[in-house]
Amino acid sequence: MTRTVLTVDDSRTMRDMLRMALAGAGFNVVEAVDGEHGLEVLSAHRPDVIITDINMPKLDGFGFIEAVRVDDDYRAIPILVLTTESDPAKKDRARRAGATGWIVKPFNPEKLVDAIRRVAA
Amino acid sequence: MDELEAIKVTFFQECEELLADLEGGLLAMQDGNDDGDTVNAVFRAVHSIKGGAGAFGLEPLVRFAHVFETLLDAVRSNEVPATPDLVVTLLRASDVLADHVSSARGLGVVDEAVSAAMAAELKACTDPNAAPAPVAAAPVVEAFEAAPVAAPADALIGADDALDDDDLGFDFQPMTITIDEQAADVAAAVGNVWTVSIRPKSDLYRKANETALLLRELARLGPIEATLDASAIPPLDQLDAEAAYATWTVRLETEEDETAIREVFEFVDGDCDLEITRGEGLAPDAALAALLAGDAPAPAVVEAAPEPVVLAEAPVVVETAPVAAAPVVETAPAPVAAPAPAPAPVAAAPAAAAKTQQIDVPGPGQSVIRVDPERIDRLIDLVGELVINQAMLAQRVGEYGIAPSSNLAMGLDELEQLTREIQDSVMAIRAQPVKSVFQRMPRLVREVASMTGKQARLVMDGENTEVDKTVIERLSDPITHMLRNAIDHGLESPEERKAAGKNPEGVVRLAALHRSGRIVIEVSDDGKGINRERVHSIAIKKGLISPELQLTDEEIDNLIFLPGFSTADKISDVSGRGVGMDVVKRSVQALGGRISITSRPGQGSTFTLSLPLTLAVLDGMVVDVAGETLVVPLAAIVESLRPKPEEVRPLGPVGSVLAVRDSFVPLIDVGLTLGYREASPPPTEGVVLLVEGEDGSRAALVADAIHGQRQVVIKSLEQNYQQVDGVAAATILGDGRVALILDVDAVISLRRREPPRPVEPTLIAAE
Repeated sequence: MTRTVLTVDDSRTMRDMLRMALAGAGFNVVEAVDGEHGLEVLSAHRPDVIITDINMPKLDGFGFIEAVRVDDDYRAIPILVLTTESDPAKKDRARRAGATGWIVKPFNPEKLVDAIRRVAA
Repeated sequence: MDELEAIKVTFFQECEELLADLEGGLLAMQDGNDDGDTVNAVFRAVHSIKGGAGAFGLEPLVRFAHVFETLLDAVRSNEVPATPDLVVTLLRASDVLADHVSSARGLGVVDEAVSAAMAAELKACTDPNAAPAPVAAAPVVEAFEAAPVAAPADALIGADDALDDDDLGFDFQPMTITIDEQAADVAAAVGNVWTVSIRPKSDLYRKANETALLLRELARLGPIEATLDASAIPPLDQLDAEAAYATWTVRLETEEDETAIREVFEFVDGDCDLEITRGEGLAPDAALAALLAGDAPAPAVVEAAPEPVVLAEAPVVVETAPVAAAPVVETAPAPVAAPAPAPAPVAAAPAAAAKTQQIDVPGPGQSVIRVDPERIDRLIDLVGELVINQAMLAQRVGEYGIAPSSNLAMGLDELEQLTREIQDSVMAIRAQPVKSVFQRMPRLVREVASMTGKQARLVMDGENTEVDKTVIERLSDPITHMLRNAIDHGLESPEERKAAGKNPEGVVRLAALHRSGRIVIEVSDDGKGINRERVHSIAIKKGLISPELQLTDEEIDNLIFLPGFSTADKISDVSGRGVGMDVVKRSVQALGGRISITSRPGQGSTFTLSLPLTLAVLDGMVVDVAGETLVVPLAAIVESLRPKPEEVRPLGPVGSVLAVRDSFVPLIDVGLTLGYREASPPPTEGVVLLVEGEDGSRAALVADAIHGQRQVVIKSLEQNYQQVDGVAAATILGDGRVALILDVDAVISLRRREPPRPVEPTLIAAE
């Protein structure tokens, strides 16, 4: 059974990197360019796992995670946040918003797939 | 790795866009539009560049972007005020960042001294109390490099997945820990058995974490035996579906150390009470022994488990998994332990999987396909051939005298329309906004201004005006030149401006617009304008024109395009590089373009550059002149008419004018101008095309007959033969014959130089 991963990132480079790593590991990938778009794609594709950036226009990662968590249909979907920060405050804020786990950029495909395995049933 | 290389290409494209966003945002801030969104966008631009650069291991770029980002973060959180001075610094930093990007791309070298100084300056802005320059850079580097190490995931699977260390995205420094003999003995006594007790809190489930998955992860470290203490689960009527009641005790046999076990729980840190002890023992002294044996990491255990769990009074053995890990997960009664949310992902998965298969979901309205430009160029060439072919077909059919109302003729009409639509659509693929060229200009203006000691602000307009890619690529040089010229020669020094009652900061405007099927680029300044007296005297002094020549203001202004003309008193570092406006003019003309200047003393000058939208096709009027077939660009034609004798008035010994409504327009015999014939037939015998030049001047071109309107594919005369005055290009007509495309402006200006006006030969040669 192919799992679907939704990646939400305003950077095309990062979306491409994620796609390459995830598709290479056999995941089906759907993409969104910001939090608002992420919510739209979410309802269309019902992903198994969400990977989201934090700094994005329109709706940032925190807002996106909170919106997913208050929706009864989607709140059980694991969400991994992408972060370049060593700043623990940002990670904590993402966790308070409801992030399941995190991936520190730069990541390699193994690290990414590993993190997904840890949160995905 | 091809795919990675492709992403790298994408990354650099994105960098260009992000750098443009960055600069645009900073300029908006400079104009006082520093609302939260702008600052955030500016921050995001640098942040994204850093993120991508990190992925490709572009260290110098990452380091500089990090310092930059840190300051921007402080600005957006209002820790550092966005003063005008700061924004100027940020703009300069954006230039250095752009250099770093170019360097990472292999397109140049970063001046390390400049970069280091800039980084130190940014650092000083971020924290005014910080130590000055030399010390500043170092801690930043450390701070960033520490970041990746924070990711523990690799360490977790490092052992049993036999991961190649080289693949890891960071340096992992192995650390040797010496365990003293006593501790080693204790360790031997308890073997490789660990006891892990987990009591999830409701927050763990709220974040979509899952006990069953934690157990599965533990099972990857070695055989586990999990025991559920369900004693805390209240009767159903008192059960809070969102609360967590269960406690798990896991016996784990593993070669891994405690760090590896602890990392399993990294994501749920704080969301569950966790106790990890060495050995089977649940007794406090066993735990203590484990603590001792654990050596260094030991205090963490105590810290992480503030409420040590009192373990099962009535343990319920749910499952044992001596070897295989997976069964634990499958049979672990997750629904009991985990309230409502847990089963959802499983249920959701099949639906999602069935529905989607590698569907790319682009952003709303920004779906993008990447195509090799060569394929498009080939397509455009083919469509050009198609247009010629279609025209030939129409002509052949016409020769057979087929009635226009016949099915064949109507079908041909439809074919022509389709061909035209295909052509427009294909050309639209290659059309791009001039933004890509414009966005390089603010930096140029900053640099030129600082080199010349001028204060200049660039205002841009019409950046989204679209032009064929082939034209865009060749816009950069002339625009660069015109801007340099506008700042260096156009704008006055701040002191001069103040003395003249002007704002010390000069404004340079760069605009793009579509006008009659061409793209027009205007570069204007609010400087002193052209000093006509000086230009005139210089031109005479340099022998470019004869002293007795009477010139209009416009003609004097345009003298600056003559080869060998330079108005600067001293050759400045900026414009005086041996490349004058004459070179600009020639390169523009080579593109079928034109450049002109208008100037008002004390108020500034405007350079106007006009180019065809595409270098591929043209709508033209096919005419006969002295037995030759010519094409006149439709864009230049105002109307065509057959002159009556009373409308033609002689002017001077040779020339004549045509009365068109209430004005007189010079009559130009195209055949005479191009040298097809020695004497003009009376204009009343031919047809007159009323044309308008780039500068708005009108003329009446006399031809023998009009064949009709046609779209023609432009074939460059320069490339295939050489430039001919009065001729813009050539084309192949429907019958296979070659026809020349008239350069209307050139024809008008050629005629102006004819007698009776005494013009020096050098001037003619220059044009």
